[in-house]
Amino acid sequence: MIEIDKVTKTFGAGDVAFTALRDVSVTIRENEFFTLLGPSGCGKTTLLRLIAGFEPPTIGAIRLSGRDITRLPPNQRPVNTVFQNYALFPHMSVAGNIAFGLEMLGKPKDEIAKTVDEMLRLVRMEELKHRKTSEISGGQQQRVALARALAPHPEVLLLDEPLSALDLKLRKEMQIELKRLQSETGITFVFVTHDQEEALTMSDRIAVMSGGRILQIGNPREIYERPSERFVANFIGESNFLNGQLSAGSVTLEAGGTFTVQPPQGVADGKVSVLIRPEHVTVAGTGAEGAALTATVENVVYSGEATVAHLKLKTGEAIKARASNLPGASGLLETGAQVGVSVAPGAVTVLVD
Amino acid sequence: MSEQAAYRPGELEAEAQAADNRSRWMLALPAVVIITLAAAGPLMVMVVYSFLTPGDYGNVVWKFSLEGWMNTLVQRDIFDDTLIWADAHLSIFWRSFSLSLITTVLTLIFGVPTAWFIATQPPGKREFWLFLITVPFWTNLLVRTIAIQELLRSEGVINLVLLKLGIIDAPIQMMFTNFAIGFGMTYVYLPLMVLPVYAAVDKLDFRLVEAAHDLYAGRWTAFRRVILPLIKPGIIAGSILVFIPSLGAYVTPRVLGGGKNLMFGNLIELQFGQGRNWPLGAALSLMLMAAVMIALMWYVRVTSREQSDG
Repeated sequence: MIEIDKVTKTFGAGDVAFTALRDVSVTIRENEFFTLLGPSGCGKTTLLRLIAGFEPPTIGAIRLSGRDITRLPPNQRPVNTVFQNYALFPHMSVAGNIAFGLEMLGKPKDEIAKTVDEMLRLVRMEELKHRKTSEISGGQQQRVALARALAPHPEVLLLDEPLSALDLKLRKEMQIELKRLQSETGITFVFVTHDQEEALTMSDRIAVMSGGRILQIGNPREIYERPSERFVANFIGESNFLNGQLSAGSVTLEAGGTFTVQPPQGVADGKVSVLIRPEHVTVAGTGAEGAALTATVENVVYSGEATVAHLKLKTGEAIKARASNLPGASGLLETGAQVGVSVAPGAVTVLVD
Repeated sequence: MSEQAAYRPGELEAEAQAADNRSRWMLALPAVVIITLAAAGPLMVMVVYSFLTPGDYGNVVWKFSLEGWMNTLVQRDIFDDTLIWADAHLSIFWRSFSLSLITTVLTLIFGVPTAWFIATQPPGKREFWLFLITVPFWTNLLVRTIAIQELLRSEGVINLVLLKLGIIDAPIQMMFTNFAIGFGMTYVYLPLMVLPVYAAVDKLDFRLVEAAHDLYAGRWTAFRRVILPLIKPGIIAGSILVFIPSLGAYVTPRVLGGGKNLMFGNLIELQFGQGRNWPLGAALSLMLMAAVMIALMWYVRVTSREQSDG
């Protein structure tokens, strides 16, 4: 268990001071696949480096399994890192890289040899044991970096955008591989990424970060379906933002229609912003039953598995409707047509702005 | 069909290859001429001279003799004409070798941290520090060496300060000692160590150092296991650049070592000057060159073997 307790990190001083983390608190549970998600510069890598021990926090404390490790140097923390560019030692072989951490811990030779072979098997790299790290591909380097970090069996494995340098297909493979490794080793993974899809598919819980703060922590479903703020909603998936009036547990949109909602804490009745995901919006014919809103078709985009209709409501607000393409369905909407728009029950989320 | 039959495979390609080779040789010609005239030519003269007989007023007499080569290591006893070891030469060889080695080690000790310091400065400041390193090159070597003399001599800056502070009662004799030569050479050759090591540290990926710390390596182990192997090419280059000119150094030992503490370069100069023994001078020069080449080959071999072990 890692506890990040009110941590602030400021680089530089005076005029050039830059605060990378502002009063961040989060508890990462044992055996959890925890993801720090956010755009570049949001502080996620800084938080990872603080946990690894490469930087000390300016204010606040970091505890690992109840022990205060705030001032402990990286070589005394039972935490290992998979670096973004892997940072493999170029003057050592694949096996030499994997053995490094174990040698530093002073493990006996035969145990090191055994663990190295075990790790090579775990990442399926047995046949490349004696290669130089410059002689293997990016995906293979990735695996060696993983094996090297896992070999000393740390309490926590930190992964700093480890998949960003891989092509799409390899990345998908490694996503599954990482999940497998996490469940096989039972080690807590802290994963940093800016890729929301990667975060949603792999994580047990996600912390969405922006401007040095954690905006929301939750499991993928909570983050996607009940984002607390406009930034979170916008960063993860496609979003429609509409204005409405909240009163007594239901929202009346300016564009029409009233929906029952579960307003988050701290939001008072009155003018609010709401989120509706495009896949929860359906385009029907004009005046169709249940259609709460009417809109004009602006544009229709076909993208293989789905079709997205860009619509304009009578208030001038834009709304997107996304529908999976069924076999044989032609039904392309015509630009300029007046259509009815319906919203799935429970799809309206009130945001804290 | 007949046209096709006339074509022999590879013929045109071979011709193009030959033309290409010719034009490459033409391009290389100026360099080849300069190297032949400026390096290989004088070297041949030295080889020939080393096997001739010395003339009475310098120069050489065109008569074959092995005396030049023999005199590098042995000399005839004045009284009974027996061959004895040329102790003076041997002690000069030893002084040259040991002082060069000490100089190399000292430039390593001072140069590596300096290079490290510069390479880890913010990019804007590095140029300033590198500029400071190169400033001494703007002043003539002789002038700089005499400036060191001003520091070291009995009435020099160091002795005066120490006397004033009451640390010593009488001036320390530093001039005309091996210490003075080593001190001077370390100062003169330090930039030749700093620059290649700086280039190596500059290329070093500091994330690898972080990775080493992350994998439980302390400062010293991270230096020994990760940093040192990666900046080794710079250290090898720097050591070669310092050791070789040290071995043949002339100005610094002459000014700071005086007439007694000769080094290899001074001994060679002596044979072509007052000694009027050009064949011996030529033989000594060739010997120095051979020694440098052997030392170099040994050093590169040893260091590259270690590298492949890692």
